[in-house]
Amino acid sequence: MTMTDNTTGVLGQRLLRREDPALLTGEARYTSDLPIPGALHLAVLRSPYARARIVSVDTSAAAAMPGVTAVFSGADLAEAWAGPMPCAWPVTEDMKSPTHYPLAVGQANYVGDGVACVLATSATAARDAIDAIDVEYEPLEAVIDLEDALSDRVVIHDEIGTNRSYTWDLKIEESEGQVDQAFADAAYSVKERYIQQRLIPAAMEPRAVAAIPQPFGGDMTLYSATQVPHILKVMTALTLGIPEHQLRVVAPAVGGGFGSKLNVYAEELLCVALAKRTGSPVRWTETRSEGNQATIHGRGQIQDIELAADSDGRLTAVRVRLIGDMGAYLQLVTPGVPLLGAFLYAGVYELPKAYDFSCTSVFTNMTPTDAYRGAGRPEATYAIERAMDSLAAEIGIDPLELRRRNFIPTASYPYEAMTGLVYDSGDHDRAATLAADMIDYAGVRARQQTQNVPGATKRLGIGVSTYFEMCGLAPSRVLASLNYGAGGWEAATVRVLPTNKIQVVTGTAPHGQGHETAWSMIVAEKMGVSPDDVDVLHSDTAIAPLGLDTYGSRSLSVGGVAIAIACDKVIDKAKQIAAHQLEANPDDLEFSGGEFRVAGSPDRAMPLAAVAFEAFTAHNLPDGLEPNLEAHTTYDPPNFSWPFGTHMCLVEVDTETGQVDVLKYVAVDDCGNQVNPLIVDGQVHGGVVQGLAQALYEEAVYDSDGNLQTSTLAEYLVPAASDVPAIETGHTVTPSPTNQLGVKGIGEAGTIASTPAVINAVVDALSGLGVRDVPMPASPNTVWRAINEAQGGQQ
Amino acid sequence: MIPAAFDYVRASSAAEAIQLIGQYGDEAKFLAGGHSLVPAMKLRLAQPTVLVDIGRVSDLSYIRDGGDHIAIGALTRHMDVEKSPVLAEHVPLLAHAAGHVGDPQVRHRGTIGGSLAHADPASDLPATTLALGATYVAEGPNGTREIAAADFYQGYFTSALAPDEMLTEIRVPKMGGAGWSFQKFNRRAQDWAIVGVAAWQRGSECGVGLVNMASTPVLASSVATAVAGGASAADAAEAAAADADPQGDLNASVEYRVHLAKVLTRRALEAAAS
Repeated sequence: MTMTDNTTGVLGQRLLRREDPALLTGEARYTSDLPIPGALHLAVLRSPYARARIVSVDTSAAAAMPGVTAVFSGADLAEAWAGPMPCAWPVTEDMKSPTHYPLAVGQANYVGDGVACVLATSATAARDAIDAIDVEYEPLEAVIDLEDALSDRVVIHDEIGTNRSYTWDLKIEESEGQVDQAFADAAYSVKERYIQQRLIPAAMEPRAVAAIPQPFGGDMTLYSATQVPHILKVMTALTLGIPEHQLRVVAPAVGGGFGSKLNVYAEELLCVALAKRTGSPVRWTETRSEGNQATIHGRGQIQDIELAADSDGRLTAVRVRLIGDMGAYLQLVTPGVPLLGAFLYAGVYELPKAYDFSCTSVFTNMTPTDAYRGAGRPEATYAIERAMDSLAAEIGIDPLELRRRNFIPTASYPYEAMTGLVYDSGDHDRAATLAADMIDYAGVRARQQTQNVPGATKRLGIGVSTYFEMCGLAPSRVLASLNYGAGGWEAATVRVLPTNKIQVVTGTAPHGQGHETAWSMIVAEKMGVSPDDVDVLHSDTAIAPLGLDTYGSRSLSVGGVAIAIACDKVIDKAKQIAAHQLEANPDDLEFSGGEFRVAGSPDRAMPLAAVAFEAFTAHNLPDGLEPNLEAHTTYDPPNFSWPFGTHMCLVEVDTETGQVDVLKYVAVDDCGNQVNPLIVDGQVHGGVVQGLAQALYEEAVYDSDGNLQTSTLAEYLVPAASDVPAIETGHTVTPSPTNQLGVKGIGEAGTIASTPAVINAVVDALSGLGVRDVPMPASPNTVWRAINEAQGGQQ
Repeated sequence: MIPAAFDYVRASSAAEAIQLIGQYGDEAKFLAGGHSLVPAMKLRLAQPTVLVDIGRVSDLSYIRDGGDHIAIGALTRHMDVEKSPVLAEHVPLLAHAAGHVGDPQVRHRGTIGGSLAHADPASDLPATTLALGATYVAEGPNGTREIAAADFYQGYFTSALAPDEMLTEIRVPKMGGAGWSFQKFNRRAQDWAIVGVAAWQRGSECGVGLVNMASTPVLASSVATAVAGGASAADAAEAAAADADPQGDLNASVEYRVHLAKVLTRRALEAAAS
């Protein structure tokens, strides 16, 4: 055994990700890669209509096909469910939620809604049999437009009698009357409407499920490409009436999720229910077209935002009205998504208690929406950052200057916002200054003077966006106040093995984030070992029984901090053993570099490795101390964490074609202390591209009958590497004061900041042509149309 | 993404392929690079009962100097067209356009003959060969015949090929040093063109082919007439859509397509002339 005492300082190193060799060589096993002898293959027949009564389902021809084991309609399986598909976030007492089963019974409510399913001995046989199921539909009028839905002209779900799911207000007592007064007194005000188009998450790995029953005893193992094995276990147990202790959920290698795998899906419940019913393993792998239709969509909001400002341009009130598109049903956290943004419509700006937010959410005949990277916060940031540019134009000052006038002063932190939330830290001017230097903001403004002249067809635009990412979900008590159905804690176990190798058990569920690398670095730093000596166990409820999984940029600032706390507990116990062995007082021992030393007596020392072996043999432990070195922690954070930053985007718009070229993109993010800057940069790059994709490329398009027009990746335009700019990253470091690592989160910052930065740049480029807004995605056709409209039809 | 069941036979020569396709009839399809057919089969938009794989008919992969023209075997891969020194010298417009087809993976598998026979108006090479005045050679049970590119395209995914005919060679006139330009406009690098323009010009003589501007690739004869009449690039380009009949889709309205065709044609003519 050798001691590696040269690892102090491992935090902050750009270590290559230990996950990558297996992922890059194909060694990693995804759910669909698992060899499962005797598995039956599930295929789902999906409604081709956005809204239709299911008159009859004839499964006889399909059931007679070769290889087919069984065929079920929704009605056939109605008895299989102990409860409907779960929604864990009833945001108001009177929220309406239509009954939703894994297969529709009586009425299908979106194109892609499961209507019947096949079990067969091969995926091919299952797929072929789908075509032989004879369903008689009575097509009904579909509701696609959100305001049309709100009118209840056509009510989608008879059982709830309205398309309105809920209205949720952010109530601030002191705001009563203040908002109206502020608008009445405002020197400047703007009122804007923005449309958050629906997005399709399009994770690299499609969803996949395998349920394996134990022939005796009733145990069940569910493998799923999920972000949330722990939540899935609870919900599956409840929905299917399976005793929770007999259900094990495993998320093997999972290829991305972006929120789309933060859910409990029909196919997961079908596989388990049918495995239980048949006694055979049942597996299913999504096709990409199924994914576009039947995996949750993101965004989907109409945002009306009004800003009031005084004569200096300082904000005096913000009023927001949202219409949220829930889609056909409520999935796991569908109704909560707008609430996650509700606190952020004043951005990083100082605002008196004059804030008025209300969201009404409606059902439509489209795929259910739910959390998608950023979940509510990109929408909020887009609205305030676009509106700030409008306000700057209204006042006639530079948009960056307007932001500087409104930044919450650094000295005010921790800052109690008008909503009552406390922002832990911030230094907005510093981040903005760094971004402005990196992109040469002043130089660009000068170039615009010479380039954007009348008649110019290549116009330069620069866009700014600043943000707070309210992340690290979250203090359980705050979640309770939002009526969320779970807490926000995370669990960790740290176990020092006899040979001084360390096992960490985490309740986070990585699906591309690099937790194994990052968590090993935290342990290495705390325990004075090499990261290579740390094994990270996760994503299997038999190994890591407690956890709340990975979403909302919570894993480091909650799960990572839990690991650090567990390390402290282990060190405390080890210190007692070392003190006993060294015949010293525990209080006199220092621990660093993986070694306990008696203060003032450098020759009296004991390495952790020796302590670990003593703890294992238990031959000579202090009286009353239990053998082994292991500690468990469940950590509930005292606050959200508040990463912030400034992004800037430089574009050139070809006014003849409407083409937007991103010339330069600068991201300055402050996520507090960085465990691994390489991973931070990766998160920023991916996030920026995903946000830029919303700005310029992606939209789930439906026709007026509710047919998804973007059902494959030929129509749904996920940009490729060749379509996105190089991204320059910069960082300021303002450690979070609320946790011992000083860390925040970085998973969603890119998607939060980049979308408004890009659109602000496009609009800035075209402002000389009278363009005030360009809807998303700012496709060439859309940009060209916006120019035409601004020019009164002349081009 | 599981296609409907089909049978698979492999042909080792053009003659065998034609014999096989005749034997299996209307429900059989040639499989060359497979980059259009296989995705359609996976989506079950195409459900041929037999695939006749001609991918290993190696004697149809060649690029030869035919004197006044370059002869290209139908099974020549896009990448070989793109990298061909012979084409770079004599028909650089085609070599360049081939470099814009799909992505590298598609260009390494897809073939020029497959692309042309598929007759997708949104593909790059049909309009390009049309602009260049190419002639296609088809082989059937009764021998070979030549079909002018201008006569080949009859509608969406519909060509003049009989069901038992196979495209075997593409003959492209040498450009003789003409200026040229290929303007492909799309949102993502690997996508089909929203609108594309392939143009060459030598003095007052030019050829302009339009991608994705009708149910077939379009030869913009009105532009050529205007150029012959001495019109400027900008003025000639105003006639770009005169021979087209574009449809609207998710990426472009009809009006925008027409506008783009004019802008891109002007740019192509300006580049070709410079």
